[in-house]
Amino acid sequence: MKGTDASGDPAGPVAAAERRPAVRERGLRVRAGECTHKLRTGDVGSVPVVVVLIMIWTAFQLLDHHFLSPRNLSNLSVDIVGTGLIAVGIVFVLLLGEVDLSVGSVSGLAAAVFAVLNVNNGTPEWLAIVAAVLTGTVIGVVQGFFFAKVGVPSFVVTLAGLLAWNGLMLYVLGASGTINLRDTGLIPALTIEYFHNPAATYGLAALGATAYFFASHRDARRRRAAGVPYRPLGSTAVRTAGIAVIAFAAAFVLSRFQGLPLALLLFLAFVVCLDVVLRRTSYGRKIFSIGGGVEAARRAGINVVWMRISAFAASATLAAIGGLFLASRVASVGQTSGSSNLLINAIAAAVIGGASLFGGRGSPWSAVLGILVIQSIASGMVLMGIETAVQYMITGGVLLGAVVLDSLSRQSQKAHGRA
Amino acid sequence: MSTPPVLALRGISRRFGAVQALRDVELEIHAGEVVALVGDNGAGKSTLVKVITGVAPADEGAIEWEGRPVRISRPHEARALGIACVYQDLALCESLDVVGNIFLGHEICRAGVLDEVSMERRARELDLLDTLSTGIANVRVPVTALSAGQRQTVAICRALLSRPKLLILDEPTAALGVSQTARFLDLIEHLRERGIGVLLISHNLGDVKAVADEVAVLRLGRNNGFFDVLTTPQEQIISSMTGATDNAVTHRKAWEAVR
Repeated sequence: MKGTDASGDPAGPVAAAERRPAVRERGLRVRAGECTHKLRTGDVGSVPVVVVLIMIWTAFQLLDHHFLSPRNLSNLSVDIVGTGLIAVGIVFVLLLGEVDLSVGSVSGLAAAVFAVLNVNNGTPEWLAIVAAVLTGTVIGVVQGFFFAKVGVPSFVVTLAGLLAWNGLMLYVLGASGTINLRDTGLIPALTIEYFHNPAATYGLAALGATAYFFASHRDARRRRAAGVPYRPLGSTAVRTAGIAVIAFAAAFVLSRFQGLPLALLLFLAFVVCLDVVLRRTSYGRKIFSIGGGVEAARRAGINVVWMRISAFAASATLAAIGGLFLASRVASVGQTSGSSNLLINAIAAAVIGGASLFGGRGSPWSAVLGILVIQSIASGMVLMGIETAVQYMITGGVLLGAVVLDSLSRQSQKAHGRA
Repeated sequence: MSTPPVLALRGISRRFGAVQALRDVELEIHAGEVVALVGDNGAGKSTLVKVITGVAPADEGAIEWEGRPVRISRPHEARALGIACVYQDLALCESLDVVGNIFLGHEICRAGVLDEVSMERRARELDLLDTLSTGIANVRVPVTALSAGQRQTVAICRALLSRPKLLILDEPTAALGVSQTARFLDLIEHLRERGIGVLLISHNLGDVKAVADEVAVLRLGRNNGFFDVLTTPQEQIISSMTGATDNAVTHRKAWEAVR
């Protein structure tokens, strides 16, 4: 689980760091002052969520020493994947300043489509997977069309979707109600397969840290050649060291239980790729710009309708993929798949991790951090035998805290912007 | 004049339903010249901007671009000619940084990935960010964190990216403080030195007198005089704006004086 945190942590600070003025040969004190300035002016980044996560872990570890055991953390790292993928999808829509309430139902429907095709009808597994994922994509395009082209508020479109797709799932499942997945094949393997060889676990940690170092270093070299401010080598080295420590700690913990979970590896791959898409491509830049100011985006010649539809399609597609992971985790698809609880957790994860409900701020890594917080609370509560009622209340409190922080940081940024 | 004006409007008329917003409007802007367009509310200033930028094309009249007749019926046609406009609301993306805003919609990519380094370098090469000394030390801060004057600089850099020959500034000083306005006027001088024609729409005659070469007055959708800024007293411009000197003889005289 720390594995996610390991590579997760880089992205938040790194994302922030890229925007930071990396003026050459700057003293540590100046940089520290800059950090406090950023915090004061409301650019809090992922600092609060990391602090909260550490607090939660410390508290549960003090209450029950099994919490930070390799077994529990390893299980946690697999538990976060399904909901985490859905939360990553929601980030796309949140970046636009919109919301997608249908993701829970879409994930349930996709799982049902897969189960019915594969188990009941005997369709080849790969074809059933493609059909399930495409179901999500089509749903996203339809919802995006009604929002972006017809002009129905996204809240209403996706609320309608929440009901309709859940109804469709129950219809698809039919009388049987619950379908148990087959024991063998790709989907069951998703969440029970581990790379037991320690080389894989430590190798991934080493790969992540090295890749980060060389990417940063190359960037700095190009910046220096171009005569624009760049981050000094020492700073890059310190960051890389920080990432390496977290990554290897995670690798150490994971290798002491089963090894590297396949689900976690796939999740990290998804997050890294989507992070690159959102931050480093012109598509991602357009998504951010729409969240930051629709009118500005429109005047810049961006096809706002198409971008919005694509973001809703991405959200629903990732919801479908997340649904397959969730189904794999419980090895069945039933009438409670894709419940509203799932939706709340996914949205809460994205927001707790730092994606702004007002649009224009957030990254796939914020979903990772957020789902870690939520799943940690859930896992700790289960360990201690606390009822779900209390768990809901605490998660609700954390969510409210995250949104309050989001609002306050916006106000503060505004105040300082005008200053 | 030897070189034809960058933009010349001849007998432009525009009607919105029953409202005649513009009637037989004439205007000429030369390269390296700052023309101020003034007028009371509802005089047709914004409509004229929309005509030039292709947002609301003219019903009648001719537009000449560098001496040859052109038709501007869509915004992108205006952009293709070399007309850039900074609107009063600036239209910036709050959450993007300075570089992101300047290049929005025209990102430089390398192998499908944003080339931040090249964009940042080109942003600095526009050298407005530095020469203006508006204090944008860091081109990586989000626009939310900038002051009104800094935002305006960003918006103008964005407009200058396409190397326009004519820059239209709609009420640029309306949201600025005193010192920011002073800096902004320096910026206009800078643009004039670079040979860009500037059409400055403003309510503030003080700014106009400080920076413009020529003032064109609109009143109720018609030309109501062209004045040379250096020789015309402010009172005469104001009376022309408000209609105290609303007759054909005065503005013909003024027009001839300018030519």
